[in-house]
Amino acid sequence: MDSTLTQNAERGAETVQREDARRAVYEASPASDPRSPVMLFSADEPLAMDSGARLGPFQIAYQTAGTLNAARSNAVLICHALTGDQHFAQPHPVTGKPGWWETLVGPGKPVDTDRYFVVCSNVIGSCMGSTGPASLNPETGRPYGLDFPLVTIRDMVRAQAMLLDRLGIPDLFLCIGGSMGGMQVLQWASLFPERVFAAMPIATGARHSAQNIAFHEVGRQAIMADPAWEEGRYLEAGTRPSKGLGVARMGAHITYLSEPALHRKFGRRLQNRAAPTFSFNADFQIESYLRHQGLSFVERFDANAYLYLTRAMDYFDLAEDHGGVLGNAFRASKTRFCVMSFTSDWLFPTADSRAIVHALNAVAAPVAFVEVESDKGHDAFLLDEPAMFSAAKGFIEAAARARGL
Amino acid sequence: MSESFTDAASGVPWEAAEALPRGEATARVDHIVVLGLVPPGARVLDIGCGDGSLLALLRDRRGVDGRGIELSREGVNACLARGLPVIQGDADTDLANYPDDAFDVVVLSQTIQATRNPRIVLEHLLRIGRQVIISFPNFGHWRVRAELALRGRMPVTEIMPETWYETPNIHHCTIRDFVGLCRDVGARIEKATALDARGRPMRFSMPWWFWNLIGAQGVFLLRRGGERR
Repeated sequence: MDSTLTQNAERGAETVQREDARRAVYEASPASDPRSPVMLFSADEPLAMDSGARLGPFQIAYQTAGTLNAARSNAVLICHALTGDQHFAQPHPVTGKPGWWETLVGPGKPVDTDRYFVVCSNVIGSCMGSTGPASLNPETGRPYGLDFPLVTIRDMVRAQAMLLDRLGIPDLFLCIGGSMGGMQVLQWASLFPERVFAAMPIATGARHSAQNIAFHEVGRQAIMADPAWEEGRYLEAGTRPSKGLGVARMGAHITYLSEPALHRKFGRRLQNRAAPTFSFNADFQIESYLRHQGLSFVERFDANAYLYLTRAMDYFDLAEDHGGVLGNAFRASKTRFCVMSFTSDWLFPTADSRAIVHALNAVAAPVAFVEVESDKGHDAFLLDEPAMFSAAKGFIEAAARARGL
Repeated sequence: MSESFTDAASGVPWEAAEALPRGEATARVDHIVVLGLVPPGARVLDIGCGDGSLLALLRDRRGVDGRGIELSREGVNACLARGLPVIQGDADTDLANYPDDAFDVVVLSQTIQATRNPRIVLEHLLRIGRQVIISFPNFGHWRVRAELALRGRMPVTEIMPETWYETPNIHHCTIRDFVGLCRDVGARIEKATALDARGRPMRFSMPWWFWNLIGAQGVFLLRRGGERR
């Protein structure tokens, strides 16, 4: 009897220790400590989601730069991409790298933080402080995992609108974002036309193509095939599906680049060796680079969040939501648009941007379109592209004049 | 031959363009001619709008809701800085995507001769716009004819400054040729005028064959609904 009791007590103590350790890991992760302001929404003000779920309580982690003017007319919302976050102009809390859009946003930059009040929030379903699958489910006290409701781009936008309401921002001077961020920009202009004065969807599409869904599915299957994924319960199991998530990132990363960019950067050059090793080591520089991308990604991103956000992009089809006619999504729009694409982007090729432009033309919305010459692929929108900056500056400054800023 | 000259000219209301408004010293003269043809508040599409100077002029003087299409990124950037909604694209491929009657006026200035398929482009213009203003260099101009006839060389003039191997102009036509195309696509010519080599409107009345000889550019105001051949 005694020995059984002791064994049980020991087992209990072990469990407690293990859970404490897990909790410590969880609490040190950006999901619970985003190192940025957080807006809390109680169970009384849930987020009504497309899936029918009502998420509450929930929280949105965000960052701001600049000052809101007295007329509250100079607010800019930056929408981040798939694995982006709210730290657009601040060092990343995990990697220490500079803000992800400091190329475009900052004092004297096209999105000038000396003139505009810039807000960027972590999307709902992500893992950098806004509620997502890595957050604790208040009903169970455990991480949501796959119990988290499926998220759509529209859900992200609705959550952002709730944040802006709280911040006292009636409408946006500018809504801007690339890739998944561009999808949110389009969704904003469609869902809240009266709240968006100017919109810049960059390197994006009004729907996710079959090819893009295919790439996402490969990534998701890589995560789910990792035994450490534990059917989505890895946080409780104390494991992390790092292999699967790393492979998912490696595959996705290829789609963000271009053949010319890969050739220029790596070619067929070997990694720190004079000849192939006749093994499956990372002989080629490109292999070594991709492995590094995979490894560094798993340190900052949650695997389940990756499943949810890729799914949100897959489900996005703005035309489908409006009777199959994309123009109908913007019928009431007075927003001025500037659509931008990059010549070497094969993930969201120029044709996708042109489809948006044609739809906006069909409903007589004021739209400008620029195709930037670049060999850097999809990621060009995050990089130093002077042609993008000059076009953005021209559009934003003209819009500011029209708004009296 | 001379009969078809007369035939083509009949019903074409050749007019002297309106007197130039004062104080427009900075604007291009051919733009002033277009300005005179566009009603206030119209929805205007300028195809090949360059740096947007015509659209800006129309917006500031006529209060038009102006849109543009421009091939060069430099041109598009200049338009963006002026606050003009301009699309990077080209007349040959992008016009098909505009709905019927999308604009009150469509302007195609000095561009039709550089398109791959001028007839299809003109048909789109007439479909998209209730009115079409179109200008082009006249290959029937006496200097062009003289270069060919006397020197036996492809002409290089003020408004066609490139050599034959550098020019983007792949479909040259004369004023007379263009009148023929208007017939073929069922365009009604509401106004037509000729500009001299410096882009100034020629302000005297002459039989139309005369314009085909001394006009450096033709400017036409078209509307769909003429009889199609």
